[in-house]
Formats: sequence, structure tokens, C-alpha cells
Amino acid sequence: MDINIEQIRKDFPILNETVHGKPLIYFDNAATTHKPQVVIDAVSEVYKKYNSNIHRGVHHLSNVCTQAHENARIKVQKFINAEHSHEVIFTRGTTESINLIASSFGESFLKPGDEILVSQLEHHSNIVPWQLLEKRIGIKLRYIPINDAGELKLDTIDQLINSKIKLIAIAHISNALGTINPIKTIINKAHALNIPVMIDGAQAIQHVKVDVQELDCDFYVFSGHKLYGPTGIGVLYGKEEWLNKMEPYHGGGEMIKTVSFEGTTFNELPFKFEAGTPDFSGSVGLGAAIAYVEQIGIGKIAQYEHMLLEYATEKLSAIPNIRFFGTAKEKASVISFLIGDIHPFDLGTMLDKMGIAVRTGHHCAQPLMQYFNIPGTIRASFAIYNTKEEIDKLIEGITRVVQLFG
Amino acid sequence: MTINEIQEEIIDEFSSFDEWMDKYSYLIEIGNDLEGFKDEWRLEQNLIEGCQSKVWVHAEMQDDKIIYSADSDAIITKGIIALLIRVLSNRTPDEILNSELSFVEEIGLKDHLSPTRSNGLVSMMKQMRLYAIAFKAKQA
Repeated sequence: MDINIEQIRKDFPILNETVHGKPLIYFDNAATTHKPQVVIDAVSEVYKKYNSNIHRGVHHLSNVCTQAHENARIKVQKFINAEHSHEVIFTRGTTESINLIASSFGESFLKPGDEILVSQLEHHSNIVPWQLLEKRIGIKLRYIPINDAGELKLDTIDQLINSKIKLIAIAHISNALGTINPIKTIINKAHALNIPVMIDGAQAIQHVKVDVQELDCDFYVFSGHKLYGPTGIGVLYGKEEWLNKMEPYHGGGEMIKTVSFEGTTFNELPFKFEAGTPDFSGSVGLGAAIAYVEQIGIGKIAQYEHMLLEYATEKLSAIPNIRFFGTAKEKASVISFLIGDIHPFDLGTMLDKMGIAVRTGHHCAQPLMQYFNIPGTIRASFAIYNTKEEIDKLIEGITRVVQLFG
Repeated sequence: MTINEIQEEIIDEFSSFDEWMDKYSYLIEIGNDLEGFKDEWRLEQNLIEGCQSKVWVHAEMQDDKIIYSADSDAIITKGIIALLIRVLSNRTPDEILNSELSFVEEIGLKDHLSPTRSNGLVSMMKQMRLYAIAFKAKQA
């Protein structure tokens, strides 16, 4: 595997930090990834060299800054292979992207009695916005159930899909289990009945190649901060035909063409959905993150992370009384587990003392935890800078804790 | 002993631990040993739901003193609960309301009791004070 892991680790300054006097071992990458120096530099350059409000100034800096922001949009467009750059809307993150769709798609196309289909393994951010629509519009939220391995029960989809369903909104990869969902199959089934599909790519964009044209999804959403980019910037990709037909989300500057007290006309895409001053330092940082990922190669990243996943799964399997949650055939580098009766909070607290950061709790997927009838799990999720040696330390740490509780 | 004397005692006990591991072993030990929370108290109204661990708190007056009982599904949380009960239980409402829990910081557990932690302990401490205020109002 021609990945220079030592060089990659040097790219991430935070990996030099110590936690409770121990070198940091960071396995909470599904929550957020760390940032390479090139991203930190790109953001800081904005403020040092060309900070200015964009899309409106005649002065030099404003033009430079506008250019940088729009170049970032093109980088995103190429990264996900969108047909047009105006199909890329900058948002604050996945959550805002989904809320935007719920609000604008809901207002434009939904009426009482219509249904939205999600799945049992969704993050709360792909459940609650639709529940708000249940209250506001009177739609009904339904879900595709999963099996014990944490895979969608695909055979139920045909019964679930009917003419009442107006949108299918589904995670590409489960944040709590790592399951890679068969989204292409779902999109094909949905399109056969003219139902649009939104893919929540928050856990996928950093792990697998996403090609929105090949997928033919109608919407694809993700966050910058899980893709080695800055926090506070995210993306909503939407097919032009849908975005043009949808009502705006937020009102304000930038998103209008003309405003008078008699009425307002809206700007064209993508600006129609970007009210107010955009997060141009965030977009530039995201552009730098994408360039960083592309320079390594998303294929190589996936391959390396898969090696880590297999290594960790094998090593963890040797721990007595371990129970894995999410054993799908197709999995990204996320491992959720419990050991005996040890509470995830206790194990997480002790690992933290050893400098190892894991996630504990329900992972914002309480319906999924209810399915497994557990309060939560311990989750280790890997990124490009993690190593087998770090996984060995995790195993050592867990073994120490097990002895203590034994 | 006064609340402050017990706090001093706990600080003293913890000062003998050189390693964090010893400290947490001790918390696990006293967490495991914490008893007295009756099943009939395991009610929705006594539950403090943290994002990470659940805490149940019950309080009742015996003579002029408040007796606290509490439980958690996580052992480390339970260990810290045991310390809080040792300091605050069997005290008058005034003693509780006038107390300042300095021991938490002194023994290096401040992290667990900061508002950013979602383990239910912060809400539990608030709840203990609220009980003291309520019982005091009842006495008056």
C-alpha cells in the first residue's frame, strides 16, 4: 500500500498533542476529523491576505475573495462530479443541509398525508427535521427496518414504497454502525416510481468515492469538518431541476435579485439558497481539504482504512465477552461494541485517561439503540492518520480496563 | 464532622494515590459498594438523564436532616455519587445550602462535574440543592 503514513501524520499538527500526559490516540473520527496544516493555512491566509465580503465589492480584495469562494465551489463540484457548480449550495453542515431540504422541499411539494421514507439507522439529524414537518404540514414519517447485522432489510422496500412517498432520505453510511447502505439500488427503485432521493453523506464523503451523476441521487449532503475541513461549512448538492423549483430557505442579502415593499424576486442558483454573507473562509478551507484528500486519493484512503478496520475487528474479537453492533458485509471504518457489563461511559472515561479518544453513548441514533435494546455503545472510528500501532494501544487499554472491572 | 471536615478527609484519602489508575480503581470500588437505593425509587421523576449515563436521586427528611440516596448505571459515575452522598447526606438543608464543594476540584474530578460533561452528575448536584431548598421551605 503506497501510503506514506509517517508523512501523513506529520501533516496533522494536533497529533503531536498529549492528553493526560500520553500521546493522543484519536479514534473519534466519525464525530469530526482533524485538520491538516494545508487546511489551517488556507483558512488563515483568507484572514491574513484577502478577507473581504464577497459577491458585491468592486474593490480588489472583494474580487480575490469572491474568486476563492467560487473556486472552492468548483472544487466541490468536481469532487462529487456534479454537472453544474450552481448545484453546489454551501451550508453550515449536513444538519443544515437536511433542514434546508425539509423546509424548502416540504413547503414546495408536500401536503398532509404525504410520506417521507428514512431508515432505522439514521442519525437524529435525518429524523427530527422530518418530524418537524409531521407537525407543520401533517406528513407521515416511515422507515426501512434493519436486521441484526445492522443492514437495511431491502426486501421490505418494495412494500414500503408507494405513491404517498414523496421523498426517500437515507444515510449513505451509518454513523453508529458503519454499514454502507445499498443506495444505488434504493435510488433505482425510487426513481422507477418517480420518487426523489436524498443521501446523507456525512459519514461517506471522507471514505468512499462519491459521484452524484453516477448515483443519480437528487440530493447529496455532507459536512466539511468530517472531511478534514473546517467546522461550520457543509454542502447541499441538489439537481438543478429540483433546486429551481424549491422555495428559498432563509431570506436576506445575497439571495435576492430585487427587493421592494411590494415584493421580492430571488437570485438564481446557487445564491437563492445562500442568504447573508457566506462562510468564505470555511469554503476555502473545505476546498483545501478536498485538494488534500485528492492528492492522497480517495481510493487509497478507503483501502488503508479498510485495512485498519479489518485489523481492529480481528484484534477486538479476541477480547472475551465483546459484542459488536453492526456486522454488515459492507462496512466503513467504524466499529461499535460493548464488553460484558461494562458501561460505555466507564470504558470511555478510562480510555481517555490513557490518551485514547473514543465515542461513547447513543451516537445521536436513539431509534437504532432501541432496536438493539442497549443504552449506547463504544465506537472507534478510523481516519487516514490512524495506525495499527494505535489500535494495539486501544486493545491494551481495553484489556487493562477489563481487568479492573473484572 | 462538618461538611468541610469530611471534604478534608476525602482530599487526604485521594492524596495517597500517585497514579490516576489508583484513583479510578478506588472510585470503581466505592461505586460498586454504594447501596441503599430502593427499587421503588427507580422512578421516571427521580431520573436524571445524561447523554452518557443515567442517575437516579431520591431524598427524604429524617428529623431535621436530608438523607440522599442515588444510583447510576455507570460505575465511575456511581463512585462520584458515593462521594457526594458522603459529604452532603445526613445534613440539615442549611448546611447543604451553605456548603461549597471544593473537594471535587482538589481531588481532580472537576472534569466530571463541569457543565460540559453529559454524565448527569451536574444535574444531580443541582437536584440535591433543589431538594434542600424545598425541604427548607417546608420546614418554615
